[in-house]
Amino acid sequence: MDILTVEDLSVEVSGRTILRDINFSIPEGEVHVLFGPNGSGKSSLIKTILGFPGYKVLSGSIFFKGKEITDMPTDERVKLGMGVAFQNPPAVRGVKLGEILKGMMRNREEVEKRIGNILKELNFPTDFLTRDVNLGFSGGETKKSEILQVLAQDADLTILDEPDSGVDVENLQVIGAVLSRRLKGKSVLLVTHLGYILRYIDADMAHVLMDGTIACSGSALKILGQILKEGYSWCEKCPRVKGLRCEVFL
Amino acid sequence: MSPKTGSVLGRYSRKAQEWPSCPLSLLPEDVLKRSMEVGVISDEGERAATYLQIDHSVVFQAVQDAFKGKIEILNTREALKRYGWLREYWWRLVKTDADEYTKLADSLWDQGYFIRVFEGEKVTLPLQSCLLMSTENLNQNVHNIIIAEPRSEAHIITGCTVHPNVHSGLHVGVSEFYVKEGAKVTFTMIHSWAQEVEVRPRSAALIEDGATFISNYVCLKPVKNLQMYPTAYCRGASSRVSFNSILYGAGDSKIDVGAKVVLQGEGSRGEVVSRAIATDNAQIYVRGFLLGEHGESRAHLECRGLLLSDGAMIYAIPELLAKVRGAELSHEAAVGKIAEDQILYLMARGFSREEAESLIVRGFMDVSILGLPDKLSSDIKRMIDATTARAL
Ligand SMILES: Nc1ncnc2c1ncn2[C@@H]1O[C@H](COP(=O)(O)OP(=O)(O)OP(=O)(O)O)[C@@H](O)[C@H]1O
Ligand SMILES: [Mg+2]
Repeated sequence: MDILTVEDLSVEVSGRTILRDINFSIPEGEVHVLFGPNGSGKSSLIKTILGFPGYKVLSGSIFFKGKEITDMPTDERVKLGMGVAFQNPPAVRGVKLGEILKGMMRNREEVEKRIGNILKELNFPTDFLTRDVNLGFSGGETKKSEILQVLAQDADLTILDEPDSGVDVENLQVIGAVLSRRLKGKSVLLVTHLGYILRYIDADMAHVLMDGTIACSGSALKILGQILKEGYSWCEKCPRVKGLRCEVFL
Repeated sequence: MSPKTGSVLGRYSRKAQEWPSCPLSLLPEDVLKRSMEVGVISDEGERAATYLQIDHSVVFQAVQDAFKGKIEILNTREALKRYGWLREYWWRLVKTDADEYTKLADSLWDQGYFIRVFEGEKVTLPLQSCLLMSTENLNQNVHNIIIAEPRSEAHIITGCTVHPNVHSGLHVGVSEFYVKEGAKVTFTMIHSWAQEVEVRPRSAALIEDGATFISNYVCLKPVKNLQMYPTAYCRGASSRVSFNSILYGAGDSKIDVGAKVVLQGEGSRGEVVSRAIATDNAQIYVRGFLLGEHGESRAHLECRGLLLSDGAMIYAIPELLAKVRGAELSHEAAVGKIAEDQILYLMARGFSREEAESLIVRGFMDVSILGLPDKLSSDIKRMIDATTARAL
């Protein structure tokens, strides 16, 4: 069964169409990667899947665990079992990271132990729990805080928007090891530019987003290799964009 | 009484109910409940001293045995009779003719409290005072004097409120604070009025060498209109003042709260911090005025306002005036509604929109700006949480 299916999805933000005719699905237990140049719409696709109201669905549908969620409010989608680590989360003055974590889950004792464990694994000091979330966090600290939140949630579909960007070598190892262990066998949608995190997480499939549309889908490592070698220019040449079948990957 | 005074007195009555003196624990249930809502508790053991005034009557004034000889608490009429020298402190920082309300308080004066902390005494428990209005449509004018002798330290909680049956009235409160060399006074004033009550506190503080004055103000309940602009004169070298306020305006409240810091001493420091939430049709003006008169002085003003309804308004008016080189004055102000991206972020963690808003609002009313001891801090936090929970 597919955990997530996106069908013919077109999305508008502030009057501009930023996603066009997106089709893809993630079978349960698979890890899918989303590649694409800056501004191609990766984060927007994630926010649309989450149901952020600014991302207006013009046409198409989204299914999660077989249920249509296209018009469902964000919190209900999350309660259904999706979790996300954002690329650029906002600082929320006055709201502590620990408060969010506690509010996210019901069973307190178990949660505290679980959070304690993830903090330790991430090598993330506990005093971050008493800080206003993302307020004055460094780039790497923000990543860890996002990963901590999404792992604490233990969602059925984990969405990671650039968990490896701006992270130093040692912390990449730490984050990679934690994600590898905790996401084993889970369904994941992952955005990465340089693919560092793919040293720790085995991806089944990748999709390349070019200017708001999926230009091709195929083996994650093959596509990454191609992107690292030639940049996205190879993708612009891709016959699929011109409405033909992509010869290389499909 | 001048005709002008007559005009601010307007339709308010000067006929107060007489209250006999009585220990706190024997007060009527509803009075106790109201006083507790403004931080005044009936367990006198938890407070170093207590002063309670209802309408124009002094109902209770006592220092706990353990603190006798360290502090003094009296109604101001008695205090002025007992101490001739107190005239030197009376109407010295606030002028009788400053405005129609000070004139009113001068001509029709209804007690108030005198607190003195003796030299070198560091009082561990807070002192408390409660000023309550129990008669509908009453005018109550109190005049308070607080003297912290050199190197003394004290924490004072003042709660001002009305009986649950009172809807309208005029409360004028003149307070003069004298914080002498090396002394420290933390003054926390909690107000809880009713929709038709008018409130005019008129306060000023004189802060001497190495002394610190922290003035906290919390107002969470509707009021008809409330206006105050206390002034602190940081006259001494290394004198310090902080004005912190937490305001929650609901209903048709009109709240105009400011603070003025005058930096006169070398190394004097000032800080004005406020958090204001306006909902329904409330209007909140948050002012601050920093005046740098010494070349080595510094002050900062910080105002954050949050609008919870389109009918509400917050107007932040920060003013900085440096009169000499080397006076460093700064401010930051931010007023707006709850940021949508913050709500969505919390919703992406599974909180409903309402839960997300209430988390943000609760966090916004940051009691830590008051710098209070844990117990008091959590008491005030609880009051704020109750207010915001009801509002959302
Ligand atoms: N809320 C918004 N308002 C206006 N424009 C937006 C908004 N969200 C996204 N966009 C625009 O949509 C386009 C896609 O942005 P998006 O953040 O999805 O890109 P991305 O693929 O995640 O890029 P990056 O790799 O830089 O993170 C960009 O041109 C961006 O400016
Ligand atoms: Mg992005």
